[in-house]
Amino acid sequence: MLLIPCPFCGPRPEIEFVYGGEAHIARPADPSALDDAAWAAFLHTRSNPRGRHAERWRHLHGCARFFNVVRDTVTDRFAEHEAGG
Amino acid sequence: MTYSFLRLAAEALRGQTGWTPAWRDPEPKAEYDALVVGGGGHGLATAYYLAREHGITNVAVLEKGWIGSGNAGRNTTIIRSNYLLPGNEAFYEHSMKLWEGLEQDLNYNAMVSQRGVLNLVNSDAARDAAARRGNAMRLHGVDAELLDADGVRAMVPYLDFDNARFPIKGGLLQRRGGTARHDAVVWGFARAADRRGVDIVQNCEVTGIRVSNGRVMGVETTRGFIGAGKVGLAVAGNSSRLAGMAGMRLPIESHVLQAFVSEAIKPLIDCVITFGAGHFYISQSDKGGLVFGGDIDGYNSYAQRGGLPLVEDVMEAFMALLPLAGRLRVLRSWGGIMDMSMDGSPIIDRSPIEGLYLNTGWCYGGFKATPASGWCFAWTMAKDEAHPLNAAMRLDRFASGALIDEKGAGPYPNKH
Amino acid sequence: MSQRFRTAAGGRIDRARPLGFSFDGRGMEGFAGDTLASALLANGVHLVGRSFKYHRPRGILAAGSEEPNALVEIDRGAGRRTPNLRATQVELHDGLVARSQNRWPSLAFDAGAVSDRLAPLLPTGFYYKTFLWPPRAWARLYEPLIRRAAGLGRAPDTADPDRYVQCYAHCDVLVIGAGPAGLAAARAAAGSGARVIVCDEGAEFGGSLLAEERARIGGVPAAEWLRDTLARLEAAPETVLLARTTAFGYYAQNMVGLIERVTDHLAAPDPALPRERLWQVRAREVIVAAGSIERPLVFPGNDRPGIMLAGAVQSYVVRYGVRPGRRAVVAAEGDSAYRAALALHAAGVEVAMVADLRDAAEGALPQMARDAGIPVRSGATIVGTAGRLRVRSVTIGFSGGRERVAADLLCMGGGWTPSLHLYSQARGRPRHDPTIGFVPRTPVPGLTCVGACRGVFGLAEMLADGAQAGAAAAMRAGFAASGESWAVEDAPSCECAPPRAPGPGSGRAFVDFQNDVTAKDLRLATREGFRSIEHVKRYTTTGMATDQGKTSNVNALGIVAQAVAAPVEAVGLTTFRPPYTPVSFGALAGVARGALFDPVRTTAIHGWAAAQGALFEDVGAWKRARCFPRAGEDMHVAVARECRTVRETVGLFDASTLGKIEVVGRDAAVFLERMYVNALANLAPGRCRYAVLLGESGFVRDDGIVGRLSADRFHVTTGTGNAALVLGLMEDYSQTEWPELQVWLTSVTEQWAVIAVQGPRAREAIAPLVEDVDLSRQALPHMSVRSCQVCGVAARLFAVSFTGEIGFEINVGADHGLAVWEQVWERVQGLGGAVYGTEAMHVLRAEKGYVIVGQETDGTVTIDDLGLGWAIGRKKQDFVGKRSLSRPDLAAAGRRQLVGLALDDASRLPEEGMQVTAAAQDRTAIGHVTSAYGSGTVGRAVVMALVADGRARMGEIVFVQMTAGAMAARVCDPVLVDPEGARLHG
Repeated sequence: MLLIPCPFCGPRPEIEFVYGGEAHIARPADPSALDDAAWAAFLHTRSNPRGRHAERWRHLHGCARFFNVVRDTVTDRFAEHEAGG
Repeated sequence: MTYSFLRLAAEALRGQTGWTPAWRDPEPKAEYDALVVGGGGHGLATAYYLAREHGITNVAVLEKGWIGSGNAGRNTTIIRSNYLLPGNEAFYEHSMKLWEGLEQDLNYNAMVSQRGVLNLVNSDAARDAAARRGNAMRLHGVDAELLDADGVRAMVPYLDFDNARFPIKGGLLQRRGGTARHDAVVWGFARAADRRGVDIVQNCEVTGIRVSNGRVMGVETTRGFIGAGKVGLAVAGNSSRLAGMAGMRLPIESHVLQAFVSEAIKPLIDCVITFGAGHFYISQSDKGGLVFGGDIDGYNSYAQRGGLPLVEDVMEAFMALLPLAGRLRVLRSWGGIMDMSMDGSPIIDRSPIEGLYLNTGWCYGGFKATPASGWCFAWTMAKDEAHPLNAAMRLDRFASGALIDEKGAGPYPNKH
Repeated sequence: MSQRFRTAAGGRIDRARPLGFSFDGRGMEGFAGDTLASALLANGVHLVGRSFKYHRPRGILAAGSEEPNALVEIDRGAGRRTPNLRATQVELHDGLVARSQNRWPSLAFDAGAVSDRLAPLLPTGFYYKTFLWPPRAWARLYEPLIRRAAGLGRAPDTADPDRYVQCYAHCDVLVIGAGPAGLAAARAAAGSGARVIVCDEGAEFGGSLLAEERARIGGVPAAEWLRDTLARLEAAPETVLLARTTAFGYYAQNMVGLIERVTDHLAAPDPALPRERLWQVRAREVIVAAGSIERPLVFPGNDRPGIMLAGAVQSYVVRYGVRPGRRAVVAAEGDSAYRAALALHAAGVEVAMVADLRDAAEGALPQMARDAGIPVRSGATIVGTAGRLRVRSVTIGFSGGRERVAADLLCMGGGWTPSLHLYSQARGRPRHDPTIGFVPRTPVPGLTCVGACRGVFGLAEMLADGAQAGAAAAMRAGFAASGESWAVEDAPSCECAPPRAPGPGSGRAFVDFQNDVTAKDLRLATREGFRSIEHVKRYTTTGMATDQGKTSNVNALGIVAQAVAAPVEAVGLTTFRPPYTPVSFGALAGVARGALFDPVRTTAIHGWAAAQGALFEDVGAWKRARCFPRAGEDMHVAVARECRTVRETVGLFDASTLGKIEVVGRDAAVFLERMYVNALANLAPGRCRYAVLLGESGFVRDDGIVGRLSADRFHVTTGTGNAALVLGLMEDYSQTEWPELQVWLTSVTEQWAVIAVQGPRAREAIAPLVEDVDLSRQALPHMSVRSCQVCGVAARLFAVSFTGEIGFEINVGADHGLAVWEQVWERVQGLGGAVYGTEAMHVLRAEKGYVIVGQETDGTVTIDDLGLGWAIGRKKQDFVGKRSLSRPDLAAAGRRQLVGLALDDASRLPEEGMQVTAAAQDRTAIGHVTSAYGSGTVGRAVVMALVADGRARMGEIVFVQMTAGAMAARVCDPVLVDPEGARLHG
């Protein structure tokens, strides 16, 4: 059970959260300006690193907010967190 | 050395001292016609079929540890071809046919056991989905039987049919489905490939992919550079990392999937049972252990270990299905790294780099695909084009939108 | 023959409390404080089980959780039969019923032992090399034979009636193992005021101290120090002591899973108690004091009953007051085995010889043995043993020759292996120490190994190590602590034996006792190219039995390293995987069983529907009334009547399960405009719109009604199973993509009961109940919403239809739902109307061509495929999923489109999920049936299907592949009732 640092509520057990995938993949401001490949990259391509991973969690059964954290995908250690999307 | 009962009996007379290595332990050569990176089931099968089907024998399989150390040795050993969508159906049925002849083909008993795969149906909506799947299978000549609750009860009377939330309303049975001994599949393909001249190089980690003018030249390894005009990546759990060495990014997330085995008990479950609504599947090994698994943990991970919340979910499903199991005990658990694609279906395709081929995105369905995956990947590498069986499993489907989404879950790898 | 092998006095058993028990039906007696193993030994029983592969007779090897042989079934009555329990851990209670396993017809005469005779034919991995011919024989003959032989114990045959519970705990210091090192650590940590949890898998705390007969700690006997220490820990207010509690797994961020066995040791447990308790402990600091496990010696015939680990023998003699034999030989590879010799000697057992495998036996303990008159011979090898169901003699080789010594007990002391399981699970990387074996190397943050599990042996050293680490852990957790120190006397130092590979000998020398893996098997595997220890393990199955190789892995490793002529560390250690010892499914599932597995959701009207005799179906987590059969009606008839009533008069339907989201805020309209395909910004207050939600990849995810209550307030409905998904998606966009929008989302699914009234007389039905709203078609047209009072209760009244008839959905607070429902029901009934269920709802909506997301769609269906492209706001620049709609394969020809199918034979009803082909004999589907119902209104089956280029095939004949053969059908419009909408707007 991961202990996930919610920036609003403090560390809470994993079962209170839902995972939101890789962070910092912003929806393009004007999707129609993207060609198919660029749009597919936004939709589907992920960095999927072995190691530090910036990712989103939502504290569903707490403050219900999304936030970003950096977690090591090998050791499961959390490095830092930041609010917002 | 051909395996047979006579050979075994002859060896018994001299204390089993005459056996020789099942495969050689060669030093890697400087150059091969084709390299397969990844000594799992898919990689070894690819090398075997390159040699057998296409006569390409100057091939090496490069494995960073020991062969079968990845997901090939970390799964629940289920084989089936009960797929729905056109892009999948024929492929998995081809795999089933290869399984059926595998032991004679490889001269190795991989213990393919067609004990039947029973998908339980717990609601009317699930029954409709099962009917559609069964009908699609039958139309393609694949065996499928839709059972009602009594039909299921006749097979597995000890299940709980009256759970408040998931009463058992029937099931979809594929009698030809079943299990195979996972390690033996690896060893059988390795031995058979080796006998056709393939070099199986263990403890040889690929550290770089050399590309020149958009064409692959070979790979850097912990044992030096190895040249080849064709390089196939079959590295589940490391696909993004290896593709990254060639400058590619993939529609893949890696997640951990836990699996479990119980203490050995006398025969109880004689088919494979899947309980989709509870994300649970179980069979009993030939040694008596109940082999079972559930869902992925649900967040990117390379940890090869999962957490207790998922363990609890799996055991809850277990107990919901088999209330008599409370006092049985889990003996061992393990985690494998699943390369989850964005539509839940695999990729067997050329890459944008000439001579570099991709075999990835198996999610947690890779084991059953082993022979067909190797067969199609070998075809794709040998002919530089997809076989019709894997034509839909192309990389550019994510851009074109021709997704193969069996579950209809959308681009959420943790939902497939 | 009651307890003939009990010592005259001594031990920690309570001789004043005799307990009766049975083994294989034979009644025996033991004492409180016994394990089943010690009680059996006290009664002279050594033969306890049979091995897996060869069915060889096996006895009791160990005294703890490492036991590979003595597995039994404990029967406590119906549903309470537990297989595969280790007799060495089963605490005796009065009336205990134990049975041996994996034997037929009896333990002493086991037919399965024929496989032992065939052993030359059955080397390791034999099954991979044979059963290949003839091809069909595998499935028909060999495999059933192998599978029939599988397994050890039997599963229970009825549901487990016991309860299992789970709890979570946080602490500063978790100490795993209450031997000398663990207790010293716990004392130091508890003394600082830190919150401490101490657990030990044994019934009693003390570990090796429980079998310590001689040593003095701090000037008092070890037993007294133990008493004092436990008293201090019990008195520490923030300390929790958990006996019978195994730390089975280490998880990320210092979460440790513990399993506490609460009632198995009680003769008549309080029914209020759970059988087991799963603890999930989050600890700032974890101290692992897991101790070490003695290695058996690998020599021919080393598996007979009566051949035991030396440390176990010491434990049986000293702790349990048992003499495990009459005449013993002790085979020693290190000094510690001499303690068993001395203990046996003191208990009156004749020690025929200590056969020391070392060239010289010089330490203090060998000297003490010699002083006691025990013959000590060094430079010995164990050549073999004899005896069928019990060892009878031991043949010992010396440089000068060999000697056969009669003995009914052979003690093996092969050195001690540190228990690295939890350290390794925590991703610690061990190193190989030539004198000890594998010991921890890399540090693990927040985890400290102390005592024998990190290779620190010797009582004084273990106490000091524990005390120091306990204090340090408490300090890291923020407490002021200092470690105590104690003088230790009369604990002679033991020279530790390094792990050594046995020499090749003749005969079968067992390494894994349970799985019958011999040294020869391991060597054969290496000859066949299995050189990695993981390969050897998988090929030979060594270390894969229920003991997970606790006594065998290091011996196997030594043999493999020797065989491949590589250093042990290069061959590698197999991965330690949780759990440390097997954990019951019951404990891991906890209370989430039966009705609590996945709780059912019911609406406010559920009880009413049940009282009316409704049949229910599961939709998502909800129970929904499927139909309301009257006396003499089957479901088919009831549904037909319900449909007819709705079309002719009026029907009442519980739609409370619809997902409902309240969308509020200045930018609520902008937000919904971006989420849904529809133009919603221009929706007038008081009006509703049918809206479709796509995923970003362009496929249909959900649909529902968006009702605008006021400029800044919307009431949005979702599909029954989709509410959480839609809200999650909306929250994601609102919080992360468009945080600038002022919009708040609230799930109100549970807040509103939804009472649907549909049919030509629906208006008439509700009119008297509704206050302040003009229900006329002009004032409240189809697709309108009003806030009002219904039956005197605040309500939201929607004029919407899912049947094609005039329809209203009355939303009232769930608490008022039943009361309002009953009043509406009275009206409906008075008009000759009926209550209807989901099945009729499905028929009615299908007749009208309305789709259900999840039934007509499967995740690869676009809005255009459904023929709902009209819903897309034409002028919209963007909405979720819009960009994906122009991807080539979403716009390509040949996509499956929603159509109706009219079957030639009006009496036939296809099944949902049937495949559609262009020609009767085709094997390639061009589509499939998504919905199919019998319809009295239409007079034939109403069938919806997704068919390739379906809309261009109107009027074409296609074929539905029925079970009994292909059935021709004409492609038609899916809207079969009132295509002009006259009834809807009537």
